[in-house]
Amino acid sequence: MEGKRNVRICCLCNERRASLKRPKTLQQICTQCFYLAFENEIHQIILSNRLFTRGDRVAIGASGGKDSTVLAYVLSKLNRDRDYGLHLFLLSVDEGITGYRDDSLETVHRNQIQYGLPLKVVSYKDLYGWTMDEIVKLIGLKNNCTFCGVFRRQALDRGAAFLKVDKLVTGHNADDIAETILLNILRGDIARLSRCSSIVTGEDGPIPRCKPFKYTYEKEIVMYAYFKKLDYFSTECIYSPNAYRGFAREFIKDLERIRPRAILDIIKSGENFRISTTTKMPEQGTCERCGYISSQKWCKACVLLDGLNRGLPKLGIGRSRVEVGCKEENESHGRKSIESKQCGSLDF
Amino acid sequence: MACNGGGGGGCQSGCYKDEETTRDQPTASSETDSGTSSNLCLKCKLNVVVSGYGGIDDGRFCADCFRSNLFGKFRLAVTSNAMISPTDKVLVAFSGGPSSRVALQFVHDMQERAHKNFEASRDRSLPVFGVGVVFIDESVVFPIPSREMEEAVEAVSLIVSSLAPPRKEFHFVPIETVYSSDSSDGKERLIELMNVVSDPTGREDMLLSLRMLALQKVASEFGYNRIVLGSCVSRIAAHVISATVKGQGYSLPADIQYVDARWEIPVVLPLRDCFVQEINMFCRLDSLKTIKMSTGPSSSINSLVSSFVALLQEENPSRESTIVRTAGKLIPFQFNRIPEIIDGNVPLATRRRQKRYNLKSNESVSSESFCPLCNSPLDKSEIVDWSNHKNCRSSDTFYTSCCSSCQFQILPPDSTPMEKFYMDLPHSVVARSNKVNNVKLNALREQIQDCLLSDGEDET
Repeated sequence: MEGKRNVRICCLCNERRASLKRPKTLQQICTQCFYLAFENEIHQIILSNRLFTRGDRVAIGASGGKDSTVLAYVLSKLNRDRDYGLHLFLLSVDEGITGYRDDSLETVHRNQIQYGLPLKVVSYKDLYGWTMDEIVKLIGLKNNCTFCGVFRRQALDRGAAFLKVDKLVTGHNADDIAETILLNILRGDIARLSRCSSIVTGEDGPIPRCKPFKYTYEKEIVMYAYFKKLDYFSTECIYSPNAYRGFAREFIKDLERIRPRAILDIIKSGENFRISTTTKMPEQGTCERCGYISSQKWCKACVLLDGLNRGLPKLGIGRSRVEVGCKEENESHGRKSIESKQCGSLDF
Repeated sequence: MACNGGGGGGCQSGCYKDEETTRDQPTASSETDSGTSSNLCLKCKLNVVVSGYGGIDDGRFCADCFRSNLFGKFRLAVTSNAMISPTDKVLVAFSGGPSSRVALQFVHDMQERAHKNFEASRDRSLPVFGVGVVFIDESVVFPIPSREMEEAVEAVSLIVSSLAPPRKEFHFVPIETVYSSDSSDGKERLIELMNVVSDPTGREDMLLSLRMLALQKVASEFGYNRIVLGSCVSRIAAHVISATVKGQGYSLPADIQYVDARWEIPVVLPLRDCFVQEINMFCRLDSLKTIKMSTGPSSSINSLVSSFVALLQEENPSRESTIVRTAGKLIPFQFNRIPEIIDGNVPLATRRRQKRYNLKSNESVSSESFCPLCNSPLDKSEIVDWSNHKNCRSSDTFYTSCCSSCQFQILPPDSTPMEKFYMDLPHSVVARSNKVNNVKLNALREQIQDCLLSDGEDET
């Protein structure tokens, strides 16, 4: 600190010049050591949680954004260097948003070539007969994120089933998970609170999802992409405009400033919560219409789709139904939301 | 995001429902009262409502009904958790702030009623519980002008003496009293101890532990068997979030129940269901005097969390209670209840009610290991296997037996300052850590008792 600005040496290798301060540990290290530490950590997480077994077919949920691009890059690198023996695929969802998804899909197409991974794109148009552009034209800019989020979740599962993969990995990072834990406490969603902090979810469902970046800081992902000069797409969705930074996200960033470790501590708390067995949990069943997992008679996607097709798009959204998220309320109040990513990207 | 996943169910939390009721309620009442000009109290339908006390009931009750409603919450918490029985002697921890002021007022009201009943009954069979008030002077840790402290003490003792009859004992206790049994230089040692703690959040939490230690000390010295804290919903909601942020997810449920009997003297939280806005309103209506000490700006996690929760509460008036309710679904610990009453003096109704409301033992977790510093129950991963730590210094032993949160934010990581810290700890904290180890040893000893030839341990 004392004026030694120009002679800082990496505190890990003690050889090269330190060129960055690691957000997680505040160590001053060089890029080479950062890459190594970053990749090693993810490797350790994969090993210690036994995320994959040799020969697994694994789909990487790829949006073209920073998280999934870094995930695709690191996973294919580890698969090669550490000999995981995995068959990796890129899986993208085309929501049909002109000026946003078509551009980001181009990034994914380039990644396909750069990393040599086969790509499958599933589109809302093919699956549901509607693009987001058409849905927005019908219902306007309110509640459109509900449709998109619900549809995307199912689209990913259908794409994964098409690829016959054993696992689906997503680029959720530590900041995302910490935010979800806090949000579930804030809105009293005990069922989600109990499962949102686990690294593998949906094990009872058809295709388990896992999050290899569960303990990886968003800032480090950005840093990795920046120094590696990875090719990713970084524009916000045009239908969720004002580049939302919700209360919860801002709070986490503030916390990180005071105490970087807080993000990991929130995740640790989430893992250590012991939830009373007498608490009523929604029962998991299957949708009578499409067979997708659902706790209601029809799955949420079918309810929404039914509304769209009957020209009653508000069906399944309004206050008349219980299964509405709080998100709509916040949006309809036209005020700042408590959550950050409006596009249901946590399910992506 | 996860809110509208395909799993359906959506957000079935109270936040949505509660908000709906808040919104609907005023319209409903205005419909029924459409003939009258002003808003009448929903309960008595006589007086005009008061508003500004937050929560979901805001603007529904008149001043009188608001008062009795708030007192009702307090009384329900007290009776259904057997917090105060006629033979008890309770110590109210009074900081001068509105919450503990209201707690003190309510405890007094309850005692006054009990006293009236006692006077009225012919055989004088039911004793009246005793009440004492403690005010802790923390100026050694967070200095404030001595003038201000003098004024505060004067004001507090005036408040306490005005709450009579029945008379209440008042204890003014400096925080360094935690050292009183070991040495006379407690003040210096406390300053030294706190100087070792560099993290601002760690300092605040350390003070919290010391404060509890001081409360326990006063209570046990003067024969109290309950300590009443004024923690309200808002306070508890902030604690839920800050404990989560500090990685204390395992021990969190221990701190937020009505009863916390892990201490020698059980601690009770009768205002657990009251909002800070309600408490402020009550103080305003009854012009209860409160004292606010000047505090410097804080850059701790605790203050960041408090302002975050306050912001959320402004956005949605039921947010705080949603947070507390969510955390309430986490499994509490076995010590989160008053031990079953066998005393015949306690009214049958109280006993029956306690049975009904008390935690069932299969819904609670038993924990044998506690952090010697903050006394929070330790998670399995935090419990140390002592077989690997044979010959280390007692300060190192202490370090390893603390919870990971204390290790990070309070204890110094290097062994020399750690030793200094350990030397400056109050005797009771060190004793607590030794006791923990002894209890474990004794448990082991019990298992092999029949094979031991001598009573001592030092046969080697």
